[in-house]
Amino acid sequence: MSEPSRDRIFARLKSAAATAAAPAAQPEPLPTVEYSHREKIEKLKTLMEAMRTEVHITSEQAWLGRLQDILKQRNIKDLLYGPRTPIGAALQQKWQNAADSLPELVPYEVEIEEIKERVFKVDAGITSTMGGIADTGALILWSSKEEPRLMSLVPPVHIAILRADKIYNSLAEVMQKENWAAQMPTNAFLISGPSKTADIELVLAFGVHGPKELIVLVIDD
Amino acid sequence: MANHQTVDFEKNVSRALNDAQLRKNFKFAMGNFVVRRKTIFSDAVETEKLRATGNAIKQRALRKLPELLEQLEKKCAQNGIRVHWAETTDEANQQVLKIMQDHDATRMVKGKSMVSEEMHLNKFLQAHGIEALESDLGEFIVQLNNETPSHIIVPAIHKNKDQIAQIFHEKLPDTPYTEDVQELNAIARKTLRQKFYEADVGLSGVNFAVAETGTLFLVENEGNGRMCTTVPPVHIALMGLEKVVEKLADIPPMMRLLIGSATGQLITTYMNMITSPRKDGEKDGPQEVHLIILDNGRSKIYTDDQRRQTLQCIRCGTCLNHCPVYTRIGGHAYGFIYPGPIGKILNPQVEGLESAGFLATASSLCNACEEVCPVKIPIPELLRRIRNESYANGAANTMDGRGYKRNWLEVMAWKAWSFANTHARVNAAGLKILRRLRLKPPRVGPVKNWTQYRTAPEFARQSLHELVKQNGVDHE
Repeated sequence: MSEPSRDRIFARLKSAAATAAAPAAQPEPLPTVEYSHREKIEKLKTLMEAMRTEVHITSEQAWLGRLQDILKQRNIKDLLYGPRTPIGAALQQKWQNAADSLPELVPYEVEIEEIKERVFKVDAGITSTMGGIADTGALILWSSKEEPRLMSLVPPVHIAILRADKIYNSLAEVMQKENWAAQMPTNAFLISGPSKTADIELVLAFGVHGPKELIVLVIDD
Repeated sequence: MANHQTVDFEKNVSRALNDAQLRKNFKFAMGNFVVRRKTIFSDAVETEKLRATGNAIKQRALRKLPELLEQLEKKCAQNGIRVHWAETTDEANQQVLKIMQDHDATRMVKGKSMVSEEMHLNKFLQAHGIEALESDLGEFIVQLNNETPSHIIVPAIHKNKDQIAQIFHEKLPDTPYTEDVQELNAIARKTLRQKFYEADVGLSGVNFAVAETGTLFLVENEGNGRMCTTVPPVHIALMGLEKVVEKLADIPPMMRLLIGSATGQLITTYMNMITSPRKDGEKDGPQEVHLIILDNGRSKIYTDDQRRQTLQCIRCGTCLNHCPVYTRIGGHAYGFIYPGPIGKILNPQVEGLESAGFLATASSLCNACEEVCPVKIPIPELLRRIRNESYANGAANTMDGRGYKRNWLEVMAWKAWSFANTHARVNAAGLKILRRLRLKPPRVGPVKNWTQYRTAPEFARQSLHELVKQNGVDHE
């Protein structure tokens, strides 16, 4: 569309790059810290709680029960979920066998254009995570066909399931170990807490655009 | 390039200095930011290492800039992101408009983008019947009040909550007056939710673009950036051509530096990494992603080795927070989109010295900006370069408007000064006369700019030379 502009920009840049001075210093990588399994969980929990995230340490056996308590406490009426995920299957099974009345499960399996109104009205969303980051306290999420991007953004409450053995020491470590460079998804993101702002007089306020609450269930077996 | 009226800087400064509320707001906020940065970068040795790393990563990226931009373009194309090149802000505006028109789009939601401010995009789109709504809370406030940001990171920091309460009450329909910050946030949330839902196009900036993978990195706390880049069917990302880095592995240290310097956080609420539009089978995200890469004078800055360091900037705003001038006059007084120390070196090089060179004089050269800069831009050195180029017009001078302040009176005065100070007898005779007459620099003519704010020095009765001759030197 604007090839002449592109050419002129590159002509200027290339003429200068050719005369560039001697190579600069090589960047040093960040110092690495190795945490133990327990330390990773503790570090992530402490840092995320400081950002007003609710972190529950639970187990494969107990997490569904804990989830039901959380939903009940908050009087959540409906829960957006991805039916074609292990979490989705577990939820469906639990919900079928439940005696109590539970929040309505809202499956997200069609394109947003067909389900937009519903997604913008739902009380809570539940997603899995790719892992966590200990040294800054954050969850790693990769968008997928099974778990679309808006599930963790639009509902006022976001519940995330994190496997303790998937907590990495740092962002640098997970990028390298999992070879992100070769396989970046459509959208990857880190979440360290509920949405917040300090734009008015630097007063911290939560839930300005994204979720007002972030609840993490750490499954540690 | 200069879609800019002349700035009456002196008037702006005295107005700002006499605005007690504005000074209070900035003093509080900047003091707060300084403490926060200190807390997060508490280990001085580690911080120095980290800054050296940041500097090296940006210098390496700049050295390979043409190559990295080509790689980024290729990767983006492979991933399905459409790349556009804009040499000027006009061209970038036209490109945004064309994308909007191709989709019959009339409603845009915007995440924070300083490049869009540089383009005066909102005004441009408005003139073409398009609503371009800011969704970052600070930008939203500033837009409601028809202002520009006064700070790169916290755009509405010049307003206190009472002023914001008044703006919301007046400008948003059916909004009762409230000074409660939580309630003000809730009002913004409700208003903007509807806008995210309805928008045809979402626009965002870019913090870093990784050439290796073609990934756009965006950091934010509010979630409005993720909304703008996920909900509408079309996403337009704007970036200056200096925002590219080589590898994914460059991101962790750069983010640590950017986030720590900008807000004193360890990490923001969201770090958003966008590599492609919605793929087959995916349920949401934009179907089209466009990346507009803006030059607007940057490639010219790039051609000069010393000036090139300006392009290392990652727009963290920490030089503003630590600047004694910015802290006292705020962002608007400068009259340009980029305020504070970085603005003082960036605007003159982009807009030309004649319209923006004066900015370089608004500095005491205290070096605070250079000491905190996460990528170690030698801002004071560049300020001196701009001051020099304002008077010099030699082969080594490369800025637009170089030598615009050059005048014969000053050239002659300095020649005389130089002669007097390199000829001992002339110097001695001259000093004797000055001492006799007890002359002081006058408060008129070209010297007035200096003398009217400073106590004029008085000549001593005896010069140091004479005193030494008379008394000898006391060796202790």
